[in-house]
Amino acid sequence: MQLMVLAGLGLALMAPWLHRRLGERSALVMAAWPLALAGWLAFQGPGILAGDTLLLEWRWVPALDITLTFYIDGLAWLFAMLISLIGAMVLVYTSEYLKGERDLPRFLVIISAFMTSMLGLVLADNLVTLFVFWELTSITSYLLIGFHHQDPAARRSAQQGLFVTVGGGLALLAGLVMLAQAGDSWSLAVLIQRGEQLVGHELYTPMLICVLIGAFTKSAQFPFHFWLPNAMAAPTPVSAYLHSATMVKAGVYLLARLHPALGDTTLWEMTLSLVGAVTMATAALLAIRETHIKKLLAYSTVMALGALTMLLGIGTPGAMVAFVVFLLAHSLYKGALFMVAGILDHATGTKDVTAMGGLRRVMPWTAGIACVAALSLAGLPPLLGFVGKELMLASLLEALPYGGLVLALAFLGAFLTLAVAGIVALKPFFGSLGDTPATPHEAPWAMLIGPALLAGLSLVCGLLPGKLDGLVTGVVSGLGVSDPNVHLALWHGVNPALLLSLASLLLGTLVVRYWDRARGVLARFDRLAAFGPEQGYERLMAGMVHLASWQTRWLQNGQVRHYLAMTLLTLMALVGHALFIRHPGPLAFHVDAYFHEVVVAGLMAAAALTACLMRSRLAAVAAVGIMGFCIAMLFVLFSAPDLAITQLLVETLTVVLLVLVLFRLPRFTRLSTPLERCRDLLVAGSFGLLMTLFMLGVLSADALPRISDYMVANSQPLGQGHNIVNVILVDFRALDTLGEMFVLALAAIGVQAMLRFHADEQSDPATPGRRPDDG
Amino acid sequence: MVRSGTLILSVAARLLLPLQLLFSVFLLLRGHDEPGGGFIAGLVAAGAFALYFFAYGQYALNAMLKVSPRDLVAVGLLIGLISTLPAWLAGEAFFTAQWWSLPVIGIKVSTPLFFDIGVYLAVVGSVLTAITALADTAQASDASN
Repeated sequence: MQLMVLAGLGLALMAPWLHRRLGERSALVMAAWPLALAGWLAFQGPGILAGDTLLLEWRWVPALDITLTFYIDGLAWLFAMLISLIGAMVLVYTSEYLKGERDLPRFLVIISAFMTSMLGLVLADNLVTLFVFWELTSITSYLLIGFHHQDPAARRSAQQGLFVTVGGGLALLAGLVMLAQAGDSWSLAVLIQRGEQLVGHELYTPMLICVLIGAFTKSAQFPFHFWLPNAMAAPTPVSAYLHSATMVKAGVYLLARLHPALGDTTLWEMTLSLVGAVTMATAALLAIRETHIKKLLAYSTVMALGALTMLLGIGTPGAMVAFVVFLLAHSLYKGALFMVAGILDHATGTKDVTAMGGLRRVMPWTAGIACVAALSLAGLPPLLGFVGKELMLASLLEALPYGGLVLALAFLGAFLTLAVAGIVALKPFFGSLGDTPATPHEAPWAMLIGPALLAGLSLVCGLLPGKLDGLVTGVVSGLGVSDPNVHLALWHGVNPALLLSLASLLLGTLVVRYWDRARGVLARFDRLAAFGPEQGYERLMAGMVHLASWQTRWLQNGQVRHYLAMTLLTLMALVGHALFIRHPGPLAFHVDAYFHEVVVAGLMAAAALTACLMRSRLAAVAAVGIMGFCIAMLFVLFSAPDLAITQLLVETLTVVLLVLVLFRLPRFTRLSTPLERCRDLLVAGSFGLLMTLFMLGVLSADALPRISDYMVANSQPLGQGHNIVNVILVDFRALDTLGEMFVLALAAIGVQAMLRFHADEQSDPATPGRRPDDG
Repeated sequence: MVRSGTLILSVAARLLLPLQLLFSVFLLLRGHDEPGGGFIAGLVAAGAFALYFFAYGQYALNAMLKVSPRDLVAVGLLIGLISTLPAWLAGEAFFTAQWWSLPVIGIKVSTPLFFDIGVYLAVVGSVLTAITALADTAQASDASN
């Protein structure tokens, strides 16, 4: 199973090749993979829904207790099924939608990678694995939103989506680590059994807040809702798939998954139901303002996500059933509606619903699908959306004692959703034929089949809700409801929920009728957007750029002298702290030294002083060279031949490099004022003094166990070499050496890039090819 | 700026280059037991090429090397990385040294040796990259002056 899921990554790698061989049909061929997955899931379905769970283990990083384990219970099964089925439909749809698009292979690569990560996310048992897949979905989503990267708006939206979700991801990581600490396990299957231990833990509140931030950003809950409508810059199949049916539900999935572990506390209930309800109402109000069809749908997605969060917050068995049904219904109709939006965009060349009209006659099939899906969105019988909405209202009424505000907000959301559904279904297809940039035509079968299947499923499930009992029971039992007694029905008789539905139908119809006027009224509040969360995001980003440029100007002003002073001061602070505060100890002021050692040291000091005072560069270089050779001599005196050889060679090559550089430099001038020179002298002098004290301190701390003893003792038996330095370099500390090699390579590339860049700036464009070794 | 040097330098460079390179290989191979090793050997080799470069100029050096120094860096890094694989195949921790002895000649061959060869190439390549890049700019500004 793991291999089947990970095969998606292989498929992603193969996509360009497939595309070259098969052309546009490659998307159709690739749809076979999610279909195969769906088949496997369907085969496992009866067992899992009856209450079995599958635990497929594959040890990945045993040392860190990270496993690529898949834990499949009802909840994971439902999500995986939706992801693979809708994924297959989206691929089929894409084969037509992006026909002739030059970058289709790139699209296919990213979308299969996304499918894999999404499946991994909902199936993962290990928290680390879950987080890895979580971040992968953020990254692939970023690439997909910015698919039309020539468009600055798309780039901006992609970046916004990335920053918001990845920022939340960071919080989530902290939350998951705390979760694992408190629950003493990295396995979700174990953690959801330990609810009481987690809820009682002292870390419960911070852990919950972190996890919630992660989930809320991903699922576009208030106040992070703004990124989702902007994400509509993505190609429509992406919107249908990522930003309605799957990725944005990842946050909701995580909350549902952790409900048995973290739920059932006042904090959980209050936060989730309030945030969910506020999200619903905000999104509903924002939706009515929009005329861009995809943004309308996007806001209604935010509304649905709010509703799902709210239901999880209420947490009664009834609410859990409503959660599952609503989730299923939403995936079906929203997928269909987004695909319809794409068809409309293709056929008319505009995304503005006010520009469309009367398309019913030209595009009868599309119109039919849109109407069925919109009825489900509106929550009207006989569709699955109606069943879901009834259950939601009923569970809200059950929870009434403390849920008055929540109910009011949810009711507002419900009737405005109905209005959105009315606008989406009625405006483009009825009335007089609108004046659109392109001549409308019916869509090809590959674009119709996906939405038709989804809308058809909404209808069938709505007519025969009893057939879903088993499914819903299976999923709900994974949500911590112990004794689910699920009987879905279309008709519950006249009850308060039905009355609320009727009221929302009435109000919704009114909003559709007077939509233009409602937009006008809401437009007056546009000024409020200046205080909205999106502005907050913009300010934050601008502030970060500001801070970064300020600190860059301050720290990296281009003067080597300045860099050196900064580095030395930092080092001084750290070393001084270690020496005097953390490990204050005696300093060994009495040092034994032979006469010749003192002579070499004195020579070095003299050379250093000369280098500072010289007014000729060549003389300064020579003085520095003397210092280098003196150091080499000290190495020889202390019997370290390897170091001595290295030092000598480095000195030699330094001279070579300096010779190459020296003659290119401008005339020697004094750039600094005497005061600055005094300051530099102070920094350099105190650094020297500190290092001397440090060495004296080290000499006196002889009692500490020394790693070099181990190296000396084990060089021959373990490393099979007599040269300890070399054994350390290539065996004991080989990883460090590998890192150093990369640093070396980077430095070389850096030197070359800097010089090339400089040379290209100066060089005369009229004489190209002056450097025959180019490339 | 850097042109062919004097006659003495040219002849010396021509004669010294093979010796220096031989010496660098000697240092590289004996490094595990005696002073030496990939880093030192790499510096010696780079010094040898630098001498040749001063004697004959940059084009002669490029013509003799035949590969770009940057490629040497890349190959060095690759060899360093590949030398970690045998440990993985043997099921041991990353970077665990593996030793084999060749049956006929009786020489010990090991992953640290290959790793050291990687270090050698990376050092030679990096130093030469820096030198040729500097010489390039010198050439370029000479030409524009």
